[in-house]
Amino acid sequence: MTAVVTDPGKRVDDDSGELNVAVLKRNARNEVWGLLGLCSPSLFLVGLIIILPVGWLFWLSLYDENGMLSFVNYERFVEQSSYVKTFVTTFEVSFGVTAICILLGYPLAYMLSQIPRRAASICMILVILPFWTSVLVRTYAWLVILQRKGLVNDWLIDLGIINQPLALVNNFTGVLIGMTHIMLPFLVLPLYASMKSISADYQRAGMNLGAGPVATFWQIFFPLSLPGLAAGVVITFVLCLGFFVTPALMGGGKVIMWAMRMQQTTSLYANWGAGSALGVLLLAVTFGLLGFFNWLLRGQIKAAWGGK
Amino acid sequence: MSVVLSAPPISIRKIVKRFGSQDVLKDLDLNVAPGEFLTLLGPSGSGKTTLLMILAGFVRANSGSIKIGPDEVITMPPHKRNIGMVFQNYALFPHMNVFNNIAFPLKQRRVDKATIARQVEQALHQVQLDGYADRRVDQLSGGQRQRVALARAIVFEPRIVLMDEPLSALDKSLREHMQIELRSLHRRLGMTTVYVTHDQREAITMSDRIAVMNNGCIEQLDKPEILYSTPKTQFVAGFIGESNFTPVDCRDGVAWYEGRQIETRSQVPHAGQHWLVSRPEKVRVADGVNGDRGNFFTGSVREIVYQGDSFICYATLRDGQVMALRDYCRSDVLSRLPAAGEPIHLRIDAEDAAIVQAES
Amino acid sequence: MSDQTGLPITHWQRLWLYVVGGLVLFFLIAPCLIIVPMSFSDTTLLQFPPPSWSLRWYHEYFGSIEWRDATIVSVKVAVMTTLLATPIGVAAAYAMNASVLRFTGIINMILTAPLIIPVILIAIGTFFLYARIGINNTLTGLVLAHTVLAIPLVVLTVLSGFRSYDMNQERVARSLGAGRLSAFWQVTAPQIRFSIVSGALFAFTTSFDEVVVSLFISGGDTTTLTRRMFSALRDEVDPTIAAISTCLIVLSILMLSIAQILGTKREK
Repeated sequence: MTAVVTDPGKRVDDDSGELNVAVLKRNARNEVWGLLGLCSPSLFLVGLIIILPVGWLFWLSLYDENGMLSFVNYERFVEQSSYVKTFVTTFEVSFGVTAICILLGYPLAYMLSQIPRRAASICMILVILPFWTSVLVRTYAWLVILQRKGLVNDWLIDLGIINQPLALVNNFTGVLIGMTHIMLPFLVLPLYASMKSISADYQRAGMNLGAGPVATFWQIFFPLSLPGLAAGVVITFVLCLGFFVTPALMGGGKVIMWAMRMQQTTSLYANWGAGSALGVLLLAVTFGLLGFFNWLLRGQIKAAWGGK
Repeated sequence: MSVVLSAPPISIRKIVKRFGSQDVLKDLDLNVAPGEFLTLLGPSGSGKTTLLMILAGFVRANSGSIKIGPDEVITMPPHKRNIGMVFQNYALFPHMNVFNNIAFPLKQRRVDKATIARQVEQALHQVQLDGYADRRVDQLSGGQRQRVALARAIVFEPRIVLMDEPLSALDKSLREHMQIELRSLHRRLGMTTVYVTHDQREAITMSDRIAVMNNGCIEQLDKPEILYSTPKTQFVAGFIGESNFTPVDCRDGVAWYEGRQIETRSQVPHAGQHWLVSRPEKVRVADGVNGDRGNFFTGSVREIVYQGDSFICYATLRDGQVMALRDYCRSDVLSRLPAAGEPIHLRIDAEDAAIVQAES
Repeated sequence: MSDQTGLPITHWQRLWLYVVGGLVLFFLIAPCLIIVPMSFSDTTLLQFPPPSWSLRWYHEYFGSIEWRDATIVSVKVAVMTTLLATPIGVAAAYAMNASVLRFTGIINMILTAPLIIPVILIAIGTFFLYARIGINNTLTGLVLAHTVLAIPLVVLTVLSGFRSYDMNQERVARSLGAGRLSAFWQVTAPQIRFSIVSGALFAFTTSFDEVVVSLFISGGDTTTLTRRMFSALRDEVDPTIAAISTCLIVLSILMLSIAQILGTKREK
């Protein structure tokens, strides 16, 4: 082996200035274009079929029936009581469904995070299966179960709890039950994931330091699970705001939510300006909520880091 | 045994790499001799891995030139460079068995089946894994995976071989064993090799030459023994081995400590306060200060730490600096060693005293 | 099971939690459990348990040309959506994973937009656009719209596959002489294939179960199964739908099982 010791400072031939800059730059550019090319079919389709029409609708919402630029489509939301009623109903349903989802989902997620892994994964299948089942199928099932001569009423009468069948569908209650069933997995899945990452050591330490099980839960576990809960809540709430199928089928025409209003305005009355304005407002509220929660959670994560 | 007769040199010139506004490599030059085993050594963030990735073609430099033999490769895509590469985590293909992993580069080159079988067998033999061709990757131990990765990197007789901390995932004893094996494999095959590590012992054990990198520059490029005995910069002295740093005053190319002229083989700066670097095992106990000549240091023993076969004695010099001395626990050495708190005289030979410029 | 929760609380003390959790799980699974036996009922009035059993509603479903046509349309659209969304989604995920691009963030935002934008707005927008270019009530229109809805799911699934994959493998393949595309095919694709198939399953289900967009842009010869079911449900509770629902539940169990099996394989 001959190790030729060459001084790194010594140069074989003397050309000063930067070497191969142009070629390297061109190669880098080609790579960027190549990768962009891979993205381009997806970007093109999403741009064409989602972003372009949504932008178009945004544009439409700014014109009145005579094609004049105006805010008439938005002013209507404040002036006409039927719109106000739609918004109130939508928020009532969304808050109601989210609240029930928290009440049902939190204990479920907590249980899943505490039981052995194998049992949890079997239970998870029961959470995910509805997730993979068509919303229509599930709504239909609830219609059947809750109808006047349906399963629930039959049983309640048989048990002697009630005499007259309860009105469980084609009203607010029906919408709440049906939507809760659809939304529950959206709340449970992120909540469970965050609970899973809370080490049992924290709880052991809490108990070791003299806190009882209840105090340990409220002072240690619950605060740590809040980011996951917040994520689940915001997803659930935002999905509720724009939800269509279940309220349309289970509301019996009495519970008009935002999305149904959009559908009526555009298909029934062909009022594109008004329908678009509703859509724009819905999008703004959705983005606003997502942005707000994003900011809130980030602050929490930062606070957790800063506290250490 | 196939020996690469025509191992090419690598000439790396004026490499500049920026990530955003940060200069990762600053106008870097490096020549690797044909068949040489050269190690890039440095702390993380020094740019050594980036340089290796630029050599392999996975990272694109902003400017510069890399010639392997006569060919400019910096503008080539990775698969045309003909470079064998071994990664830290081996990067064996888990969906292929050992044979197919090693045959992969040959299949890309459309080598005929009979030749592939022969060459894979030969490569397996070279890494002492005869008969392992049909094993699945997950049936192999860490050391065996390492050997398969190595066989895969050399089977197509690449122009050069690059290794990115290939032994860091192995435990200590296996790592030391593999160091020797890698070294002997390199001796047998003689391929030009660039090796990246942050482990100075590994670098010193294996390399023909070591390029110590810091902040995107090569601080010093030398044979291991020279790097150790005569570090040229404060960084190199601090990074490789244990060192005593003693401040000395330099005037007109001569270094002074407490009025005594320091005898040294290294180049002494013209002015300013710089460092005398000495290795603890080169420092010796002296009976007293003899005459005007020689590098003598007087202080008192602060602490003696026994480490079984050897000991370290920390002496506090008169100006408050600490100088460490390491020696074996032999009776003749121990008998001359003063107890803690007592005065001590230390001596360093001229060959073992290096002067390095203080970093601003 | 041992009487240990890993905490100084016994399972017995936690019984209330298991009862509540069990009831919620029952609530989640109840519709599926009840609709299946009901579909085998002999009566028009859907009763539980059914007074007598028959395959009457299945005959009704498979015997009706309208239901059969709608099913065929849905299957066709779902298959074509899967075949379109999967490759372009994988390509986009690959490019985003390479992260050489400075605008990966923007691309990510655009490609996940279909998940964030309320689907009713997408439906109205698509209907509006299709009316201009004349592809309402066409298979092409349905496939394109469903593909857009499926793209984010494919991209996210495949990206998560890339995250658990060691990109050095593709690098090493390239250094060993395989071009970029060839390295992807020979080394990367076989290892992320479970994610790709999961993404494809997502794409299929998204299309097959999609209601709102189909409600606006399908009709006539291209009426999808979900659209026909929606219309039928608005008028009355048609027992045929119980039979269709059972078929759909079986399909989702099938899909879920495949996805679960692939998921456990991916973990290995």
